Amino acid sequence: MTAQLSREATALYDIPGPRTQQRHLLYGLVSTVLLLALVGWIVYLLFDTDQFTATKWRPFEYEGIQRLLLRGLGNTLKAFGFAALFSLALGAVLATGRLSDHRPVRWLATLLVEFFRAMPVLVMIFFIFVALKVQPLPALVAGLTLYNGSVLAEVFRSGVNSVERGQKEAAFSLGMRKTQVMTYVLVPQGIRAMLPTIISQLVVALKDTSLGYLITYEEFLHAGKLIASNLDYDLPFIPVVMVISPIYIGMCMLLSWFATWMARRQKRNPKTEAVEVAPAEPGTLLPGVQ
Amino acid sequence: MDVLTKNFSLYGKGFLGTVELTVYASAVALALGFLMAAFRVSPVGSFRALGTVWVNVLRNTPLTLLFFAVLLGLPRFGLVLPFKLFAVIALGCYTSAFICEALRSGINTVPTGQGEAARSLGMTFSQTLSAVVLPQAFRSVIPPVGSTLIALAKNSAIAGAFSVTELLGTYKTLSELGYDIIWTFIWIAVGYLIITLTISAVFNLMEKYWGVAR
Repeated sequence: MTAQLSREATALYDIPGPRTQQRHLLYGLVSTVLLLALVGWIVYLLFDTDQFTATKWRPFEYEGIQRLLLRGLGNTLKAFGFAALFSLALGAVLATGRLSDHRPVRWLATLLVEFFRAMPVLVMIFFIFVALKVQPLPALVAGLTLYNGSVLAEVFRSGVNSVERGQKEAAFSLGMRKTQVMTYVLVPQGIRAMLPTIISQLVVALKDTSLGYLITYEEFLHAGKLIASNLDYDLPFIPVVMVISPIYIGMCMLLSWFATWMARRQKRNPKTEAVEVAPAEPGTLLPGVQ
Repeated sequence: MDVLTKNFSLYGKGFLGTVELTVYASAVALALGFLMAAFRVSPVGSFRALGTVWVNVLRNTPLTLLFFAVLLGLPRFGLVLPFKLFAVIALGCYTSAFICEALRSGINTVPTGQGEAARSLGMTFSQTLSAVVLPQAFRSVIPPVGSTLIALAKNSAIAGAFSVTELLGTYKTLSELGYDIIWTFIWIAVGYLIITLTISAVFNLMEKYWGVAR
């Protein structure tokens, strides 16, 4: 795809001719060499500061430490699973509230959604953990649920609202009640179209499970920290980061790619014809911006 | 209630710490994001690759992990800086990925015909960029950049947990002093609301002045 991009004219530049292409190739080669030099320098630094000595990598050979890491990863995934499940449920409830015909219900739901979206998720987690004295896992899950549930409520709502108006009018004119219109017509189409955004929001939830580290929940990063602060292995901090981050980033990337793939698939799906499929953007949906 | 009045200077220090982190990290994020967006739309393949990797990796990195790696990892390379500076770097780099995507999609909203028309009038690349493409892109990136910067302000709370002076961190001192923990948190929440609502108001104003009339 990237190779084609340069063959197309954009608002910025025309399709390059042979001489420009050669110039671009030269730029490309020079910058590649510079980048490789930068990478090489970093690798040199790593060697220079003795990050590849056997002592620092030995801990990863021990079964106990491998088990510690796996347990941390399991705890991360457990927190993510609970948070995803509960925030989808909370999102559904709050979206129903915001789409309600009864004004007080709508106001209450709006208030809750706006408040929880405006608060830093870490403040909520700390509040639940410190002030309400809840155990780390429930505190983490509750904080993530409140935040992501509120964001998802907005996603659900905008999905339902983005279904073509004719669909709703047709359903009502067939004599359906509001509940029927919602459950049979609007929600199935809206949710399908919003599936990419919903999954992107779950990536945010997965990333934010690492906040559990800050409230001493024994998740992946916590396990890493335990190994990294071990004097017996000469404080293998960089090795730990080098082992942990590919796994963490890999998991999130996998889920992100799934969202993008889903977006591409849904665009071709006849079941989402009446709705515009949302692109799989990373969730930074915030107050004041719809 | 008296938690705020009796500890005003402590809250003030935390509040200013969060504001400072937000402002500096925003500057870093905007500058880096602009650079990366330029890379991502450039005709040179390796620049594009660098931009893509930067965005995809940072967007999928948990911010806590990034803080962990930067604040506790970089000193192992012999790079010892104040924690606040490390926090600004981590926050700025993380947010730059989101800024980059916002800017790039802003540039992509400018129709190809605009650039073609500019070039057919004989404008040079820099003229096309500064007089035609960027002004139009700027109008459509105001809302997404605003929401990204609000997210940055909220994310700065993580720095507090890594012992950088900021708003959330004040709870520790106050709870040790024996103040009512619920009210402590209420005032922290109010502080964050002030910051995020200010940013959102500024961007709403900008949107009103320069935004695309739809």
